[in-house]
Amino acid sequence: MSDLFLQILLLSDSTLRLATPLVLAALAGLFSERSGVVNIALEGKMLGGAFAAAAAAQMTGSALAGLFAAIGFAVFLALVHGFASITNRGDQVVSGMALNIMVAGLGPTLADAWFGQAGRIPVEAEGARFRPITLPFAEEIREVPVIGPIYAELVSGHNILVYLAFLAVPLVAWVLYRSRFGLRLRAVGESPEAVDTAGISVAGMRYRALVVAGVLTGIAGAYLAIAQNASFLRDMTAGKGYLALAALIFGKWRPVPALLACLLFAFADAVQARLQGVEVPLVGTIPTEAIQAIPYLLTILLLAGFVGRAVAPKAIGQPYVKER
Amino acid sequence: MPKIASVLFAGALLFAGAAQAQEFKPAIIFDMGGKFDKSFNEAAYNGAEKFKKETGISYLEFEVTNEAQRDQALRRMARKGADVVVAVGFAFATPLEAVAAEYPDTKFVIIDSVVDKPNIQSVVFKEHEGSFLVGMAAALASKTGKMGFIGGMDIPLIRNFAYGYEQGIEYVNPDAELFVNMTGNTPAAWNDPAKGAELAISQFDRGADVVYAAAGGTGLGVLQAAADRDKLAIGVDSNQNCIQPGHVLTSMLKRVDVAVYKAFKSALDGTWQPGTQALGLKEQGVDYAMDECNKDLLTPDMVAKLEEARAAIVEGRLVVEDYYSTMKQ
Repeated sequence: MSDLFLQILLLSDSTLRLATPLVLAALAGLFSERSGVVNIALEGKMLGGAFAAAAAAQMTGSALAGLFAAIGFAVFLALVHGFASITNRGDQVVSGMALNIMVAGLGPTLADAWFGQAGRIPVEAEGARFRPITLPFAEEIREVPVIGPIYAELVSGHNILVYLAFLAVPLVAWVLYRSRFGLRLRAVGESPEAVDTAGISVAGMRYRALVVAGVLTGIAGAYLAIAQNASFLRDMTAGKGYLALAALIFGKWRPVPALLACLLFAFADAVQARLQGVEVPLVGTIPTEAIQAIPYLLTILLLAGFVGRAVAPKAIGQPYVKER
Repeated sequence: MPKIASVLFAGALLFAGAAQAQEFKPAIIFDMGGKFDKSFNEAAYNGAEKFKKETGISYLEFEVTNEAQRDQALRRMARKGADVVVAVGFAFATPLEAVAAEYPDTKFVIIDSVVDKPNIQSVVFKEHEGSFLVGMAAALASKTGKMGFIGGMDIPLIRNFAYGYEQGIEYVNPDAELFVNMTGNTPAAWNDPAKGAELAISQFDRGADVVYAAAGGTGLGVLQAAADRDKLAIGVDSNQNCIQPGHVLTSMLKRVDVAVYKAFKSALDGTWQPGTQALGLKEQGVDYAMDECNKDLLTPDMVAKLEEARAAIVEGRLVVEDYYSTMKQ
């Protein structure tokens, strides 16, 4: 019993670690898509963030400097995306995809030029990474039944960015549904003409949404490069941006359901890592291939059976033209 | 007039001949993961660099970044007139079979796979023998009696590493427990350090204290996880001991560098031969790494035991089975 309990805790722990970049990226996607800008560029912005974080952290030896560099670079990429798709009314998907491809090449190329390890930036400097934080009293209450281990194993012992990602969810929900900015944001994504008529700049709102998305993808990138791992590598986001986008659609463009979708994807990934080669009662050892298919099977099953119709913001994908 | 023409012609021929001798063009094609993966590809790169330094002859190179490029890269090198083309990695086997038939005058070398063609040299390593030794080291260093293995892409080659490792562990400690994880089923599994770290953590959580990574770039995540959690990891292909000093017990060296160097060199000397070469402990094709970074981890006592086993394997007194012999034909 206690062993099973511990296994479940460790599995949940792993889920949180794997979900963090997805949650941040999904929230980033939420802001930009709710404002009417399709953000397929999450992948590239996150990768750009990871690159900037690793480079800055390694050069300065400061994790915070890495985080700010990541945010700065991701925001810059977001502004480029905005310039192409908002100011010049280019296709949002095409410009986003172009960003992804550009960053995928630019990162390793610059990394090679600066660090001479052909596309890899090792983060070795002391203090250049976000280390796990042990929350107060974690050791003291470890012995308390049930609550103790949950607190000590699951809640405590993550790095600051994990906590930040999960705290961001209620914050984003509040901003989206309770603040004036949120109301306008949602309106811009549904009916930009109405917002324009009310005297609010559609382009301004969309730029602001993209900047917020840039900040969040920057944090996600920093997490990948200087918290979860200790290096920048070519294509290290490995499709997480697209997965986050899927989670966003899955969660019908709402923060809490999107969070749950991210947790589900991460959980499937965590299970997949732990089920390999383990004897499952009644079934025996499951072949590796079958286990590795779990996340995808789960996604298809849930999309087909449980989600129902996902209705996108009405004005999504359409550049706003003030006058015809 | 015809005389002059023929002299000119002869001169041109001579010149062409001289140019050809000068322009020995070796080529190398790296697998996904890239030439600075600190592992398999980097070992190949080191071999090519050694050749360049010694002979002053530069080489053509290409890093494959997706599946479709394998065939293109082989063809391009052959068309550019490369004398010998080294394809680094088993995944080149299928495209190479087709390309080698189209360019019968080009010498091809494939590493980690066997392709039977008159213009192909196949170099394979007895990974199971080297893995046996690091398995022994793992079992000797482990305090919990539990060890882990993390493979890259799930293919027989990687299973062969795991199988040798398992036998080495059992040789020292028959009661030991081994966890085996594979990263994935696609070539992306060679370059996913986050996944590697997560798999390593899952094994540490289950009690393992030494984890062997045979996973290319993914292994860097395993090494990182071991350092973060104060456990031990074992590197692979290149010497990875100093990537996380104090946390890398040893590295299973696969002398891909020697294989690449020899391929270039023999093609230059004219001693190149097609056929299959299997390099094991006896041929010094595999080994374990000892250096400054792991001298405190691998004690003289442990080294003595490893050397004893090495001698036994080389003399044939101790036989390490390979994974292929256990596969259904």
